[in-house]
Amino acid sequence: MPNIQQLEDLTTQVRRDILRMVHKVNSGHPGGSLGCAEFFVTLYQDIMETKDGFDMDGKGEDLFFLSNGHISPVYYSILARSGYFPVDELNTFRLIDSRLQGHPTTHEGLPGVRIASGSLGQGMSVAIGAAEAKKLNNDDHLIYSLHGDGELQEGQNWEAIMYAAGNKVDNLIATVDLNGQQIDGSTDNVLPMGNLKAKFEAFGWTVVEIEEGNNIEAILKGMAEAKSLTGKEKPVCVLLKTVMGNGVDFMMHTHAWHGKAPNDEQLEIGLAQNAETLGDY
Amino acid sequence: MKTYTNTGNKDTRSGFGAGLTELGKTNENVVALCADLTGSLKMDEFKANHPERFFQVGIAEANMIGIAAGMTIGGKIPFTGTFANFSTGRVYDQIRQSVAYSDKNVKICASHAGVTLGEDGATHQILEDIGLMKMLPGMTVINTCDFNQTKAATLAIAKHHGPVYLRFGRPKVPNFTPENGDFKIGKAVILTEGSDVTIVATGHLVWEALEAAKVLNENGISAEVINIHTIKPLDDQAILDSVSKTGCIVTAEEHNYLGGLGESVARVLAKHKPTPQEFVATNDTFGESGTPSQLMEKYGLNNDAILKAVKTVLKRK
Repeated sequence: MPNIQQLEDLTTQVRRDILRMVHKVNSGHPGGSLGCAEFFVTLYQDIMETKDGFDMDGKGEDLFFLSNGHISPVYYSILARSGYFPVDELNTFRLIDSRLQGHPTTHEGLPGVRIASGSLGQGMSVAIGAAEAKKLNNDDHLIYSLHGDGELQEGQNWEAIMYAAGNKVDNLIATVDLNGQQIDGSTDNVLPMGNLKAKFEAFGWTVVEIEEGNNIEAILKGMAEAKSLTGKEKPVCVLLKTVMGNGVDFMMHTHAWHGKAPNDEQLEIGLAQNAETLGDY
Repeated sequence: MKTYTNTGNKDTRSGFGAGLTELGKTNENVVALCADLTGSLKMDEFKANHPERFFQVGIAEANMIGIAAGMTIGGKIPFTGTFANFSTGRVYDQIRQSVAYSDKNVKICASHAGVTLGEDGATHQILEDIGLMKMLPGMTVINTCDFNQTKAATLAIAKHHGPVYLRFGRPKVPNFTPENGDFKIGKAVILTEGSDVTIVATGHLVWEALEAAKVLNENGISAEVINIHTIKPLDDQAILDSVSKTGCIVTAEEHNYLGGLGESVARVLAKHKPTPQEFVATNDTFGESGTPSQLMEKYGLNNDAILKAVKTVLKRK
């Protein structure tokens, strides 16, 4: 298991990957990707139990589903740096003939990805289905999923949230990236969602709050707690409070970088704030 | 002319139920999901036999499709069941992204398709579903004609890897195909051989086509009736071979002429062998309340309508 410093170093490298990927093709979603870098690094390097290699069925290992597929840069970076495919392939992000589509897909056979996502609000249902399959297969591994907070405005989530509690899907840990931002502005301005903790609890879920969602130790602690709460006849929700654009000062605390790439100068500033640790691709 | 005997009216949805029951016994990976229409979809027996493999999702079809997609990850073969309207239009984006684009082995089983749903009216009578589903890359689209064929198709799609849309209906209709018959996905079934006109039908219109062929035969017109149970992938060769003999064709379906079987046939003919074609289908309209037979007559979907279309197309040869 890597130590905290190693996880920090990898996070810094993942941030560089994100910035370089979106800069190269002048498109993509750096804000949410940067905000979730610590979560992805911790999830793939410490929290999840995974097998070597990749097969679609994923029996005998924990599985992860990304519902807010637009943060593909952070997903691709951690998948590559966890050994699912060559790190050099990050060079092909969003280019013609690439397995690294703008939004993640199984269609091009990219190892590590088990469902297409991008059209929002579908991932929780898929994660529940995978969790039900695990139960049928007597496989006691867990299903993890990640959802944007703005994404919860899609009604299908609430169908899924109701189902998971009603059917005691207690091998699922669904994390919500609470960065408070969406394309048109803050979530409170676009469509206020009120008290999400109270909403999930009212639907019958157990909720764990991670106040410092960009702090690796806090994530490790919170996710360990979430894991300890599985298997108790209730689905588990983690409310992960993050800062959009975290780690690049001019991208932080704003929705402006949701889906905008940095220019050459901005890239240099961003990279200067995140010195190379494990080697660029 | 080869003739077919109605062994007794039965609903196609019960054929689906019978197939699902058999699959429950023979394939432990088959799971069933339903959105509060277990009785209507005839899934009760599967539910009773295998409660651990039956998933009641409530009135939440989008969630049902997503759960089904997720269950394939781990090797399950999910069969979802609800009305055709709620199996397609309501959940199009979920099917598109989580099932079709993700290449998931989900079987979307849809009852109460078309106007023969009857008295519930147009909100529930989808006439656009074949078009919606056939446009999705990788989706297999099947519309069965009777109880026996629906059962056979249900068994066959479990063995086929990939997303499938299986369309069937509500009313009791003649059951005339062989019991425990072989169902080959994508393979047309030539019911009667003929030389004057080809009648290509799908679903409930297949029996109507046979009825029309009998009348035509009595009037000295030799009709070749083809049962196209698989609209995608379409058996292009069977259609081309037939029109090479007959020189004209009528297509018949309980669906809007826009997007249906007729358009798929027209595409094949336009590309390989331009042939006069008439369409028995609904004319870009919604349905309404009524009995199935009243609606079939009003919307031009019965053997009379097929006879009229044959008369017209013969003049165009």
